[in-house]
Amino acid sequence: MVEYVPILIFLGVATLFPVATLVIARLLRPSVYNKTKLEAYECGVPPSGEARARYPVRFYIIAVLFVVFDVETIFLFPWAVKFKALGVFGFIEMLVFLGILLVGFAYAWKKGALEWV
Amino acid sequence: MGQDTLIRNVLIPTAQILAVVLILPLLIAYLQLVERKVLGFMQARLAPRRVGWHGLLQPIADAVKLLIKEDVIPEKSDRFLFTLAPIATVIPALAALAVIPFAGAPFTVFGYEVKPFITDVNVALLYLLAISSLGIYGIILGGWASNSKYSLLGALRSSAQMISYEVPLGFAIIGVMMLAGSASMVDIVEAQRKAGVWYVVPQLVGFFCYFIAAIAETNRVPFDLPEAEAELVAGFHTEYSGMKFAFFFLAEYTNMIVVSCIATILFFGGWLRPLPNVESLWWLQNGWLILLPLTLGGFAGWLFGQRTGRGLPPMIAGGGIGAAAGAILAMSDLGGLASLSLPAVSGAFWFFFKVSLFLFMYIWFRGTYPRYRYDQLMALGWKWLIPLSVANVIVTGLAIVVKGAVQGRG
Repeated sequence: MVEYVPILIFLGVATLFPVATLVIARLLRPSVYNKTKLEAYECGVPPSGEARARYPVRFYIIAVLFVVFDVETIFLFPWAVKFKALGVFGFIEMLVFLGILLVGFAYAWKKGALEWV
Repeated sequence: MGQDTLIRNVLIPTAQILAVVLILPLLIAYLQLVERKVLGFMQARLAPRRVGWHGLLQPIADAVKLLIKEDVIPEKSDRFLFTLAPIATVIPALAALAVIPFAGAPFTVFGYEVKPFITDVNVALLYLLAISSLGIYGIILGGWASNSKYSLLGALRSSAQMISYEVPLGFAIIGVMMLAGSASMVDIVEAQRKAGVWYVVPQLVGFFCYFIAAIAETNRVPFDLPEAEAELVAGFHTEYSGMKFAFFFLAEYTNMIVVSCIATILFFGGWLRPLPNVESLWWLQNGWLILLPLTLGGFAGWLFGQRTGRGLPPMIAGGGIGAAAGAILAMSDLGGLASLSLPAVSGAFWFFFKVSLFLFMYIWFRGTYPRYRYDQLMALGWKWLIPLSVANVIVTGLAIVVKGAVQGRG
C-alpha cells in the first residue's frame, strides 16, 4: 500500500495550494464594493427574477444514462486487465454482458432519449 | 519505519510533488502565451509583444494582475459554495498528475534513487478516470452558487457534456488495457516496448475516440459549448474574478496537459523513441540533439527569408541542414555525453515532445474549427463515439482471442 502514500500527500498539497493562494490574494487585493458591482451579470440591465429556475429534463435523462454506462465501464476495467488469462470464456461472458447493455442502449435510442431538440 | 524508508516513501515524493505544483502554474502561464502567439500567427496578427521581448513577460504580468484583482462575490450567491467551487475544481486537476510518469529510467540524487514519476499504482487508469470525474463537482457548484442565469446554464451544459464524453473515454482506453494486460502507466509503456509498436497502430479507432472525447472533456474548441461567449458570456465562471477565476483557468489547462500525457502514454509509447525495437535506430534516443539544430536552423532560415524577401524556402533549407547536422550529432553520440548515459533525459525529451505536439493540436483546433451546436455535440457523443468505442473493445477482444488460438495451435 506504500505506493498510495504519495497520492495522499499530493491531495494534501493540492488542497493547500489554492487555499494558500487565496489567502495571499486576500491580503494583496483591494476591496471596494458597491451595490451595482455585487449584482449578478445580466448584460448591463438589472437582473430580473430568480436565476435558479427550472431547466430541461434532458439533462436529467443524460445523467441517468451516464450512471448506467459508467458502472458498465468500471466492470470492464478488471475484465480488460485480466483479459488474456480469461481467454475465450471471458470474451463470450463479456459479449453477453455488453449485449444486454446494448439492447437497453438501442431501446433508449429508439425511444428518443438521445435526441436533443 | 526506518529513516531510509521514510526518505524513500515520503520525503522524495513530497519534494517531487512540490516541484510539480510550483512549476506547473508557470508552465501553464507560458502555455497560455504560446496559445496566444500561435493563434495570433494563424490569424495573421502579431499577438502580445508589448510586455517584454515579443511578449515574453506577458504571463508574469497576467499572473500579477489576477493576484491583485478585486474579488467580487455577488450578493445573491451562496458565499461558501462560491469560494469552495474553484478549490474543488483545481484539487482533482492537480491530483491527476500523481500517477503520470514523465520518463522511464530512474536517476540518482545524493545517493538516493529518484524515479521520474511520483508514484506508480496498479490502478492508475481507474484513479485517473475517477479523479477527473470529481472535477465536474467544482463546475456545477460554481455555476449553481453564482446565482446567475448564464452561470447555471453554463454549468448544466458543461456537466452534461463532461459526463456524456466520459463514457466513450472510458471505453476507448479499455482496448489499450486489454493489449497491455495492466492499468499501470509504467506497465503500459513497457508493454509497448515489448510489442515493438506504439498502441496507436492496433488501437487507431480507440485513439480517435479517446482524443475526441478528451477534447470534449476539457471543454475546448470545437466543443467549448459551456463557454460559448456569444450566448453564455463565459459559462459557469461568468461571475468569477481574480484568483478564483484563475483557478478555473488553471484547472482547465492542467486537464489539457493531463489528457495529453495520458494520450502520449497509452497510444504513443510514453517516453519510448519511435520504433523502439529497431536496434539500428538507437540514435533516435538523442532526439533533442536533432530537434535543437533543426529548430535553430529553421529559425535562422526564417529570419534570413524575412530580411531578404525570399519567403519560406530558406526556412525549409535551414531546417533541413539543421536536421542533418543534428542526426550526425546524435549518431556520433558526442562521446557518450548524449542520452545513452542519461536515459532519463532522452525519455523525458520524447515524452514532453509528444505532449507538446498534443497541446499544439489543441491550439491548432482552436484556430481552425467552428463550434458545434449542442444537439450535434450530444449526437456525436452518444450516437457515434459510444457505439464506435464499444465496437473497438469487441474487435480488439476478438483479435486477441483469435491470435491466442492460432498461437496455441502452432
